[in-house]
Order: sequence, then C-alpha cells, then structure tokens
Amino acid sequence: MEPILDVKSMTMDFGGLRALDRLDLDVRKGEIAALIGPNGAGKTTFFNCITGLYSPTQGDILITRPGRDPERINGLKPNHVTEKGLARTFQNIRLFQNMTVLENVMIGRHCRTRTGVAGAMLRLKSARDEEQTVVDHSYHILERIGLSRFVNELAKNLPYGAQRRLEIARAMATDPFLLLLDEPAAGMNPQETRALDDLIKKIRDEEGISILLIEHDMKLVMSLSDRIFVMDYGRKIAQGSPDEIKNDPKVIKAYLGEDPDA
Amino acid sequence: MEYFIELFLGGLTRGSIYALIALGYTMVYGIIELINFAHGEIYMIGAFTALIVASVLTLLGFNELSILVIASLCAVIWAASYGFTIEKLAYKPLRKAPRLSALISAIGMSIFLQNYVLLAQTSDFLPFPALMPEFGFLEPYAHIMSSAEVIIVLTTALVMAALTFLIKFTRLGKAMRATAQDRDMALLSGVNVNRVISFTFIIGSATAAIGGVLIASHIGMINFYIGFIAGIKAFTAAVLGGIGSVPGAVLGGMVLGWTESFATGYVSSDYEDVFAFTLLVLILIFRPEGILGRSTTQKV
Amino acid sequence: MITFAEIKRSVLVSLWFMFLTFPIMVVRVNPIEEVIEWRWRNLIIIGVGSFAISFVWRYMMERKEAGLKRKEAGGEKPPLVKRIMDRPRLSRSIVGLVVAFVCVFPFLFSTYQVTIMSTALIYVMLGLGLNIVIGLAGLLDLGYVAFYAVGAYSYALLNFHFGVGFWIALPLGGLLGALFGILLGFPVLRLRGDYLAIVTLGFGEIIRLILENWNDFSFGPSGIAGISRPGFFGIDMSLNTATTYVYFVLIGLVILTVFFVNRLQNSRIGRAWIALREDEIACQAMGIDKTRTKLTAFALGATWAGMAGVVFAAKTTFINPASFTFLESAIILSIVVLGGMGSIPGVILGALVLILLPEYLRAFSDYRMILFGGILVLMMVFRPQGLISGVRRVYQFKGNGEKAPNGGSGS
Ligand SMILES: Nc1ncnc2c1ncn2[C@@H]1O[C@H](COP(=O)(O)OP(=O)(O)O)[C@@H](O)[C@H]1O
Ligand SMILES: [Mg+2]
Repeated sequence: MEPILDVKSMTMDFGGLRALDRLDLDVRKGEIAALIGPNGAGKTTFFNCITGLYSPTQGDILITRPGRDPERINGLKPNHVTEKGLARTFQNIRLFQNMTVLENVMIGRHCRTRTGVAGAMLRLKSARDEEQTVVDHSYHILERIGLSRFVNELAKNLPYGAQRRLEIARAMATDPFLLLLDEPAAGMNPQETRALDDLIKKIRDEEGISILLIEHDMKLVMSLSDRIFVMDYGRKIAQGSPDEIKNDPKVIKAYLGEDPDA
Repeated sequence: MEYFIELFLGGLTRGSIYALIALGYTMVYGIIELINFAHGEIYMIGAFTALIVASVLTLLGFNELSILVIASLCAVIWAASYGFTIEKLAYKPLRKAPRLSALISAIGMSIFLQNYVLLAQTSDFLPFPALMPEFGFLEPYAHIMSSAEVIIVLTTALVMAALTFLIKFTRLGKAMRATAQDRDMALLSGVNVNRVISFTFIIGSATAAIGGVLIASHIGMINFYIGFIAGIKAFTAAVLGGIGSVPGAVLGGMVLGWTESFATGYVSSDYEDVFAFTLLVLILIFRPEGILGRSTTQKV
Repeated sequence: MITFAEIKRSVLVSLWFMFLTFPIMVVRVNPIEEVIEWRWRNLIIIGVGSFAISFVWRYMMERKEAGLKRKEAGGEKPPLVKRIMDRPRLSRSIVGLVVAFVCVFPFLFSTYQVTIMSTALIYVMLGLGLNIVIGLAGLLDLGYVAFYAVGAYSYALLNFHFGVGFWIALPLGGLLGALFGILLGFPVLRLRGDYLAIVTLGFGEIIRLILENWNDFSFGPSGIAGISRPGFFGIDMSLNTATTYVYFVLIGLVILTVFFVNRLQNSRIGRAWIALREDEIACQAMGIDKTRTKLTAFALGATWAGMAGVVFAAKTTFINPASFTFLESAIILSIVVLGGMGSIPGVILGALVLILLPEYLRAFSDYRMILFGGILVLMMVFRPQGLISGVRRVYQFKGNGEKAPNGGSGS
C-alpha cells in the first residue's frame, strides 16, 4: 500500500548531539501508527522535523495528499506544512491560554479561510458568512470531540484531560489527512485514556484521517496501533505489528535497560 | 595615516566603554533572557555617584589619587546596590510571567531611574572632574592617545580578564553557567538560583559603573540622559558579539567603537548615532546570533 | 495584624533605601559655585516612605498570589466590562451619558480645555493603534512614534510645498504610515520579541535623527510652522471655532477607530494576532503565516499613528522633531499598559487619565515621566491585565439554540 508519509534517512544534529540518526518511517493510508521509545529517544524531534519547526540535517520527507502525486516537503515553513494537511498536537500542551475553547478551534480554520483586513473592517457579506461557517464548523468539531460544554471557557481554565482533547480538536480543524499526536494520553487518568482510545479510533474510522502517535501508555498503543515503530537514541530499532513488537528482544532491552518504569 | 591611527585609537577607547556596559547586558541576558533596559541608567547612576562623592571629597581637601579611588569605589558599590534592588523589585516578581511583561517592566524602570536622577539632581550637564592621572611618559604621544584613553583600554582588558576567570573557574561562575543553561535543572541540582541571579546583576552593575566613571572623567560632562543612548549602543555591542558571551561583548564593543569612529571621521559626524543604530538593525537581521554566537534551534 | 517580624523587615527595607538613595537624593553638588547642598529632609522622607510602602507592597504581593490561586481554582471574577456588557440597560445608559457629555463638552468649557481634550483624543487614537501592535499581536514596538512623525511630516511638507489640504492628507498620512510600517516591519518582524523591541527603538531614533539633521528636507530642529488647520468646505473659522472643529474631527476619528479595531479584533485576522501573542509556535503549527500576520498588525498600527500625526500637525500648526522622541513612544506604551493591553475601553481610559491628569493637577506635571515609568513597572508586577481587561467574544452558532451555552467561567 502507498504510504501517505514517507520519511527517508532523516538525521538531525543539535551541535554535537545526534538526536535523529538516519531514521526511516512511513505511515500508510487509513492506519494508526505509533512511535515509541524511552524519553529522549528523539520522538518529539522527529515530529518537529516533519512539521517544519526544525530543519533536519539530512533526509527526505515525502507526503502524498489524497488524489495527488507524492511531493517533497523539506524546508517548508510550519504553516505551509499544515496547509498541506499535516496537523499536530504538542507534548507540552500549547493551547492559546487566554482564548476561549471555541476560538482555539477557530484558529485551526484560519488556513482554510480567506477574510482579509478590508473584509473584517467593513464586515462584508462574504466575511460574515465565512465567519459564521467557521463558528458552526468549529462548534461541530467540539461536539464530536466531546468538548461542547466548554465552548466559551478560556482554554487555561479547562481540566488537563480536556486540554489534551482540545489540542486534538484544534488540529482537526485544519482538515488534515494525517494527524500527529505527541503523547496524547500523558497525564490522563485510566478513564480519560479509555475515552481517548475510542476518540482516536473514531477519528480514523469516521473522518478517514490517518494517525501517527507518540505514546508511553503501552496498553493504549497496543490497542490502537496497526504498526509500531520503536526508537532509541535517535535510531529506529524495531518496527512491526503490536505482537511482533511485544516479543522483540531489542525492544525489551531498550526499555528495561534504560528506563524500567516507562 | 596619522588620522587613521587617531580614529583607530579613538574607536578603541569608545569601544572599551561600550564593552564595559555590554558585559552587564550580556551576563543578565545570558542568565534570565531579559534585555535589562535599565542597565544604561545604572551606568549613569554610577557616574553621578562618582561625581557627587568626588565633589564632596574635593571640598574636604582630599588628594587626587584618594579621590579617584574612593569615588570609583562608591560608584561601584552604589551601582551594584541599584542593580540588586531593581532586580528584586521589577524583575523577580515577573520570572514566570510572559517575556513581554518583564521587558515592559524594564523599560519602565529605565524611564523611572532617568527621571529620578533628573528630579533629585538636575537636568543640566554637570562638569565631571578629571580624576584620571596623567602619565608623564605618554606625554610625547598625547596627540594620538591620552593617558586617560590608555587607562580606559587597560581597565577594560583587566575587567574582561577578571570576569572570564570568574565565570570559567569559580564556583559562582559554574553556578551561573548552570543557571544560564537550564534554570530548573540548576535549581534541582542545588544551585541557589535567586542568589546567582542577584550576583549577576551586582557584577554587571559594578562593571557598568566602572565604565561610567571612566567615560565621565574622560569626556568631562554628564547628565541624567547619558545612560539611554549608551545603553542602546552597548546592547548593540552585546548583540554584535553574540549575546551571552563575555569575549563577544568586548569584541562587539570594539567593532561598534571603530564603526562609529571611522564613520564619523570619514563620512559625517551629524549622523553619529544613526551609524550605530543601522549597524544594530543590520546585525539583527542578517546575523542575529552575533559574531561569536552559535545559532541554536529553539526547543519546542 | 502587623507582626514584629514584619516591622523588622520594613525597618530593614527602609534602612536599605535610605542607604541606596543617599548620594542622589541627599547630596546635591553645585560645581560652579563649588557648594554642596545637604538635603537631610529627603533622607527622612525616603526612610518613612519606604517603611510605609514596604507594607503596601507586601500586602499587594499577597493579594496577587491569592488571586493567582483563586484563578487556578477557577473562581475568577469576570472582568468589569463583561459584567457591564451583560446588563444591556446599564451599558446603554453609560454609552448615552458619554455621548451626551462628548457633544456638549466644547460648549461648556473654555477653548483651552477643548485643546487639552483634543490632545488627549489624539493619544486615544495613538493608544488604540499601538494596542493593535502590542495588545493584540504582542509585538513590543518601541518606535511607534516614528510613524506618528511620518504622518505629521507628510502633512506638514505636502501642505507647505503643494498646499495639500487636511482631508486629502489624512488618508495619505495613514497610507504613508502603513507603507513605512511595511518597509520597516518586513525585515525586523522575523526577530524574536525582545530584539524587535530594541530594533524598533533604534528605527524610531533613526527617523528622529534624520528629521533633525536633514535640513533641506525637514527644516531641521526649527521645524515647520504655519500648517493649515482642517478645512470645512472652505469656510473661514475663528480660532475658537477651529478648535471646536478639530475636537469634533477627532471625536469622529476616535469613533471610527474604535469601530474598526473592535471589528478587527473579533475577526479572523484579530484572532490570529491574539493567537500569535499567546503562542507563536503553536500558531504556526496551526497554519498561520507568522510574518504576514505580524506585518498586518504592524502596518495597521502604523496607519493609525500616521493619521494621528496628520491631525496633530493640523491641530498645532507647528511641528518639529522634538515632538517625536522616544519619550512619546513611552507615553503611548504607558497608556496601553495602564488601560489594559487588548482592551478598547481600557486604552481610552488610560489615555484620558495619563494625559488629562498631569494637565489638571499641575503639581503632577513635573512628576509626569517618573510616574509613567513607575506605572509601567507597577502594572506589570501587580496588574498586567491593566485597569480594564479585555473580554473575549461569545459566539452564536447554529444547532444549539440562540444563545451559546456558557461553561460557567463566571457570569
Ligand atoms: N532544540 C533543541 N536543541 C538542542 N537539543 C535538543 C533540541 N530539541 C531536542 N533536543 C535533544 O534531542 C534529544 C531528543 O529529544 P526529544 O525528541 O524531545 O525526545 P523524546 O520526545 O523522544 O522524549 C534530547 O536529548 C533533547 O535534549
Ligand atoms: Mg517527547
């Protein structure tokens, strides 16, 4: 099957530190893939590289948008990567704290809308219509993510679990074909994690959005993933189905050797 | 050729002063990532303190050398005290606030101190006594470089050496570097971060005061406003060299000093400050990490 | 209750400040007559003052920390503006009163008062313009006065050389302001926030120095006099009438500004500005073009400064570079910070307080700048949201009845 994201031999150096070392990774259409590994393995760095926040030292990033030819997105600015259909969440929640929940999601619609300064100042009909569509659409997303009761709350006043979900909602608003989730279950209680499990499956099944997630909660990873990639010290040390990964001695060693309670 | 040498040495003197002030900017920025806008005012207050102390001592009939020593010492002590106090009042409460807040607070502090001196002292230029001794053996070269200029350059070199030693080899220096790298980690590994930050302000302010005394007795005039322009220029020097780096501040000061000296000497003296600002704008746009700085990726 | 320990602390603070301020506050040298003035009274004032203030300071700190805790617990009181807006009758009557006062003001008070009020209104415009840049987009522009100068000089010069009238110069001034904003903004807006502050400060100074030194172009420090007042279908006006007329022109412009800024801040563009202020990286990751969004804010802010400059030149009929120093930028910044970054009523209040107070309380006017400096620090430390904090809009949407459900953030 054709990959929709295909990363080839990606390397990222910070001064003397090699955070990613010739990493290959691909995500296929309609799948949920997971990227796991001990803390400091370079998982977040990998996300930052493909979303244009860092510029990788080496390697190719290819994406295939639905119904289009593969294209290389190296060197694109983060906002252009998002426009192409890759959206992400952040490990250390980065919501717009002093904006309402609805507005946070509306920001996600920015790159799919047009209203300019003149339209906004004169409140032209086209601007008003677009605004209403954005409001309705954003509210609709919040309903599906299960956050509609918080619409007019400021983001900073939300409970932790809800903030993580809001990050997902905001990313969904950009109409992605691939969603990159960085530790979406971090800090959630078991109940919230179960709800997240359902949510992620729902996003894939109902919206047809493929997902690549970084996660430490093995139960969640095993339940969700079609395929798993394992990283350690910037390298990919294993890849395969959940069952294959569970029994891979290299993976067990990486985890037990470095970080027994991860 | 002689004109060239004159401009070169003039630039060296100028640059030394910028370097002395830039050191404070660079150290504070290195440690709490704040442009301490009030730093130029510390330099001005240092100069004022020296002027006041020197005048009192002159009236009391002290000899020249003891005036120089005592006045400089007082300038350093008071400037350091102001630096310490400002940090506690205006910056420490804002450590967890957005960067913009601390920056606005710093600008407020700068305006406050300028007007504090204006109201408590005067808005006029005050003549500053020539405190620095004349060296007889430099007499023949006086038209190129005066004793005062030699003292300025030497002092700068000395201060930079002392600071480099402090940062590289002492416990305090180690704690400063640790705090600069990662404040939370430093705190976890037992560094008293508050004290380190206070020390940084004290040392930076003391250095600025030395610059204040030197330039004031060299130029012979001060008023409440001298810190503002000097502050921006010294910041330019700090950025030019690579903010956060001690040798960078000195190098930046020199480059700026020469730029100004040659530009005013060969082009036009009306636009003296414009050259410095233009240099600042250009460096920030084309090489924001500075001459000695390394470019880093902001951690996400 | 004031404990012994607290008193001890305050005594120490007081002693420290007496030491700290000793050379500057107590000794004054008159180097020409070679006499020294010892002002011991100042020492006592500082001692007693800092003793008292240290209690207030500690009390305020405690209150602030308690406030933060309350906020974390979610029990935040909604801002004043929101409470007023939630009561339409009250807010309508407030607006009515203000409108009535504004209309009759020039007929009740002297020309002098009207002139002062007009000055305050220019600062309202400047404040609202800078509010776009700092309050909404979070860009600390310390050279804002440069655009004000661009507006003022473009009218003055166009009027002087070509006899261009006020009403043509007004949009031109705005346009030129925007143009300069884009020209300056384009290279510098990629910089980090604090570098932006110092570069804009540098640019502001460059523009002023050029105006001061380029005599052939700007007439140097002596400035330009005899600039025409705003015309009204070519009717000749007495000084009094002209002053009143300028006042109403300004009222009109302020209303227009409020109207536009209000629409902008609740639009797609305005939301992007605020998001940028909140988190630049997340903002880019959500598909917002950082540079372009910043540039828009910068240019729009400059547009208003340009227009305010034109009005200023027309109102005073004389301008020189001394009106466009860094202090002017600092005053406008204080207005925005005191009033509340991102809050329109806040900025209006800030401008009126900071400009009118020193005019009416003469005793204050010497202490004007030190007050502004102090305000910047104190507001940041104790009340960063300003006197009147901004409110986020509540949207209406389909499928959920007329009124949006309110999650309970107050109301
Ligand atoms: N901007 C940066 N500058 C320097 N080092 C970085 C930067 N970003 C990440 N690193 C380093 O790269 C390594 C991988 O980090 P990260 O990708 O966050 O790991 P993970 O997400 O797998 O826990 C770490 O050693 C980290 O310190
Ligand atoms: Mg990570």
